[in-house]
Amino acid sequence: MSYSTDPAVRGTGQTVKLILFWAFVGIPLLWGVSQTIANATKMFR
Amino acid sequence: MSALSWLDREHIVAKPGFSRWMVPPAALCVHLCIGQAYAFSVFNLPMTKLIGITQGAATQAHLPISQVIAHAHSAPGDWRLTQLGWIFTLAIVFLGLSSAFTGTWLDRVGPRKAMFTAACCFGGGFLVSALGVHLHQLWLIYLGYGVLGGCGLGIGYISPVKTLITWFPDRPGMATGMAIMGFGGGAMIAAPLSVLLMHAFSTPTHVGVAETFVVMGVIYFCFMMVGAVMVRVPAPGWQPAGYVVPAAARKLITVENVHVDQALRTPQFYLLWWVLCLNVTAGIGVLGQASAMSQEMLGGRITPVAAAGFVGLLSLFNMLGRFFWASTSDYIGRRNTYFVFFLLGIVLYAVVPTSAHIQSVALFVLCYLIIISMYGGGFSTIPAYLKDIFGVRYVGAIHGRLLTAWSAAGVFGPVLVNYIRQYQIDHGVAKADAYTVTMYIMAGLLFIGFLCNYFMRPVHERHFLRVGQSEGLTGTEEAAQ
Repeated sequence: MSYSTDPAVRGTGQTVKLILFWAFVGIPLLWGVSQTIANATKMFR
Repeated sequence: MSALSWLDREHIVAKPGFSRWMVPPAALCVHLCIGQAYAFSVFNLPMTKLIGITQGAATQAHLPISQVIAHAHSAPGDWRLTQLGWIFTLAIVFLGLSSAFTGTWLDRVGPRKAMFTAACCFGGGFLVSALGVHLHQLWLIYLGYGVLGGCGLGIGYISPVKTLITWFPDRPGMATGMAIMGFGGGAMIAAPLSVLLMHAFSTPTHVGVAETFVVMGVIYFCFMMVGAVMVRVPAPGWQPAGYVVPAAARKLITVENVHVDQALRTPQFYLLWWVLCLNVTAGIGVLGQASAMSQEMLGGRITPVAAAGFVGLLSLFNMLGRFFWASTSDYIGRRNTYFVFFLLGIVLYAVVPTSAHIQSVALFVLCYLIIISMYGGGFSTIPAYLKDIFGVRYVGAIHGRLLTAWSAAGVFGPVLVNYIRQYQIDHGVAKADAYTVTMYIMAGLLFIGFLCNYFMRPVHERHFLRVGQSEGLTGTEEAAQ
């Protein structure tokens, strides 16, 4: 059995859900990375 | 029907139209939380002053937590750092034990039940630890974060691995790399989050650790449960569009399956155990001593403040390396990726003393950033390597057992670095040169790892699972194979 993972085939709802879910994990991760970089650059100054 | 039947594997089979790209963030929900373990040390200093701070004379307005701690003193009855160090050690030991003992169960029940169990253990571990801090009973923290939390770490770590490999048979390295990258990134979220929460709950006479544990336990439980709810396993026989299942085995990539118990009877399992153990030993010793090492090797050119920034950069490259190297392994092969780790690692460890000798901060930092990226890459590439050697069917359980190599390296690496340094200093070697021998020993360990990787061969066909042999699998999983 094979069903497509092509974005054109998937519904808009699926795409929105995908974006929201990635944002759910991506935003905290980016926040953590930005804090780390900010501390690193501040300390090397 | 049981109230918890929604956790069962048969309830999480993806319907047509489900995007497989929903699965990596579900895995990240778990790994971003359990990656907190690397940042647990931020609680150590505050927890040495739980009693002392109540007797303090600090009367200033609400100070940042760092200053509250700095103004406080330890009192008789306060815990010592050496006692608190056992919390993390216990957690890592139970990570290895739980992943080894629950891998087969996890393969049977599926990722949702495993993630739910991990969320209960990890979140619950924080709550028990909060009680331990509140009652000032250290054994409760050992039991809570160390044992219960450690089991959450182990079960959570391996829970999404097989699912991701099944969803991404065309890019297994990238898929597991994304999840395991989260374990590296979790510390970068947890460290500032812990400081923020302790700042919010602290007063001049109270450090706020117990309240922080409660909030973090609840947040982590909820976040991990989102992953558990969202995760899906593919329907039986599903393949990605355009993907053609290889009909025959390629060099070091099998199309057969080896049972987890049978895998333990193959030399390949032990070669891979040593490959992981030696790669992790070389990296973990550096991670634990990075701050002191950079200051001592580079004399006055690295201040304590700059060293803390250096440690932050190491965490970042540890995380990025997990994704980069595992994804690269999809193109150049797992064995070749480990050859890069070992050969490049040997060169870099050999260059580090020279960089310190010529006082080149840039070269020193660059060497360590690449070394640490390969340390992270070792973790994230191993699941796909196991899948190549032993097949997909028992990869979760086999991965769980292989993670005992991590526990061993977690003890071996720091001990090696610390004891050799001390031995050198005791025998009159200057602090700046005390790490030189350690670097060469690390290079030697990587050479042994290179040999283990060199001797890796496909598993003999007598170990393959025979038709009808399917111990411990459910009907749904049977159908999915």
